[in-house]
Amino acid sequence: MDIPYTTTPREDTGLYNAKVGIWLFLASEVMLFGALFSSYILLRVGADWWPAPRSILNIPIGTFNTAVLIISSVTVVLAWASLKMNQLSKFKLYQGITILCALIFVGVKSVEYTEKWKHYEIWLNDGSNYSGHIDVNGKHNPFFYTHNKLVSEGVTEITFTKDPHKYGDPLPEKAAGGGEAHAAEAHAHESMVIKTEDIKRLSAFVPAHSTYFAIYFTMTGLHALHVIGGALVMFYLWITAGSWFRSRPEQFTNRIEVSGLFWHFVDLVWIFLFPILYLM
Amino acid sequence: MSHDHSPKTAGSHDGHGDHDVSKHIRTYLLIGGFLLIGTAITVWAATIDFGSHNLNIGIGLLIATVKASLVALFFMHLISEKTAIYMFLGATVFFVTGLMVLTLFSFSDLPKDSEFLRLNPPAPAAQTEASH
Repeated sequence: MDIPYTTTPREDTGLYNAKVGIWLFLASEVMLFGALFSSYILLRVGADWWPAPRSILNIPIGTFNTAVLIISSVTVVLAWASLKMNQLSKFKLYQGITILCALIFVGVKSVEYTEKWKHYEIWLNDGSNYSGHIDVNGKHNPFFYTHNKLVSEGVTEITFTKDPHKYGDPLPEKAAGGGEAHAAEAHAHESMVIKTEDIKRLSAFVPAHSTYFAIYFTMTGLHALHVIGGALVMFYLWITAGSWFRSRPEQFTNRIEVSGLFWHFVDLVWIFLFPILYLM
Repeated sequence: MSHDHSPKTAGSHDGHGDHDVSKHIRTYLLIGGFLLIGTAITVWAATIDFGSHNLNIGIGLLIATVKASLVALFFMHLISEKTAIYMFLGATVFFVTGLMVLTLFSFSDLPKDSEFLRLNPPAPAAQTEASH
């Protein structure tokens, strides 16, 4: 028995069923991300201090990834339009570009993540604290070290290389005058040897580091999972396009429209994530 | 070599015939261009001091909302959809607005040293009483 309403619209909704299904799914997705956005507002407003994201995240890389997602949104709608005009070869081209954009986005995001996982903030017993990179027993920029891990490995001292601009502080160019910029440059990449016993806390920029990174990794991580899921579906549709479009062109075109709607939603979520996490 | 086929017009039941779609391609490209320009404006606006941090946040969110609206209206075709989808979205907007508004209630119970209270200090109690 054929599944009804895969191509013809139902009388009551005026839509084929998959379109009703994807919009109901997107409604649930709005609630999921809405809960996270409201959590972000609550955490940020209730925080006694919020870092200046520009000093933590790479704005050009974030902007590049935003552009990649926007381009993929254009190509995914062009892929659907190509099928509407019975141009399977153009569909394959646009769908291929969309999948490539998804891979680039996830690749860039994973580079961003790994940079954070080997970037540290250290709090010393004398009350001072710095951000930068560490060397532990000859290991340069290791991942996920904490004070407890240093103690458990019997590490007595580490080399800490300070950032030019401390984590979370406004960038010197934005500070009054311009003297601070020169002062910061003078201290750039200053290395110091720190004894483990003098360390109060050591944390990489992981979710456990702070409220900011907890919400940053939760929101961008969930979004990245959506990108990966969407890319897998689009890849499946890409490799099965030929036979499916020849035998059931309308059904296949509708599948592309539905997967495209999901992809646009993923783009739409990022349009809000980028400014609130990178710029504000 | 072209792999194009000429089956019956794909998806012809939804009012998007092939002639209609070809006219829309220019629109899709234009919207894509606007979105890229909007991204550049978002980044630029974040470097400008508009006088208060809250205003900077508001402007950033306003640009994001315009960009998201373009995606929803043109790429997701919400500018010309069936009533059923508008009904689903109406219910979604209602519930997600409720989610955000309920969050606002927690603002009355903020920690005393929170950033929000530092930026928006409450009116002094004596002044409030004097106004009555």
